[in-house]
Amino acid sequence: MALVTTTKGEMDESLLEKKAGSVDNDNEYTTWIEYWLNGELVHRSAHVALKKNISSVVEAASFN
Amino acid sequence: MANTQAMTTSFMGELLTATHNFGVAPIRAVTTVDSFKAALYLASATINASTTVYTVTGEVSGTGYSAGGVAVTMGTVPTATNSSTTAGVAFVTPSASITYTTVTLATAFDAVLIYNSTQSNKAVSVHTFGSQTITAGTFTLTMPTNSTTLALLRLATT
Repeated sequence: MALVTTTKGEMDESLLEKKAGSVDNDNEYTTWIEYWLNGELVHRSAHVALKKNISSVVEAASFN
Repeated sequence: MANTQAMTTSFMGELLTATHNFGVAPIRAVTTVDSFKAALYLASATINASTTVYTVTGEVSGTGYSAGGVAVTMGTVPTATNSSTTAGVAFVTPSASITYTTVTLATAFDAVLIYNSTQSNKAVSVHTFGSQTITAGTFTLTMPTNSTTLALLRLATT
């Protein structure tokens, strides 16, 4: 029996409708999971893996 | 209004004065790593390269989330690597995922601001992602590999 944290407290996963999905693009790989109870969203978690870093080019000026 | 992924201009300038310390600085009040934090921002906020310090304006709010966000673990000191005689790269990546545990963030958010809480909350970088909401759940940001090409923060010469 797996318990899920919900807006209504800990609930048995078997009592809930589970939805999951993912987004994969140049910027991120994201997965999410939702649990619904009688049409009401009671849990949503998301996990984002960032792909793009922040990069800055550093240059030294010349004297001529 | 929109958030824009960027290394803040103020941060780049502050690197020259050692305002930010990811490792050990030669002359400083302390030689330990500064403390960094990560705050989440609403999709309607305006956090970008012009952001100089952490602000509550546009920050998410909700059950389980404390203003200012969570601590960022900087367990790895910065690395500087030469790629040729004229070019190189310095980089650093938080050594652990950034996690907001058991929160409810009902209004869509799409950005995280990493800032230096030791140095008057000065901004470091903004990272954007697809808009999210969280309901009695966990939001996790997984860091990329800390390498010359993938590290979260890179300064490079070409």
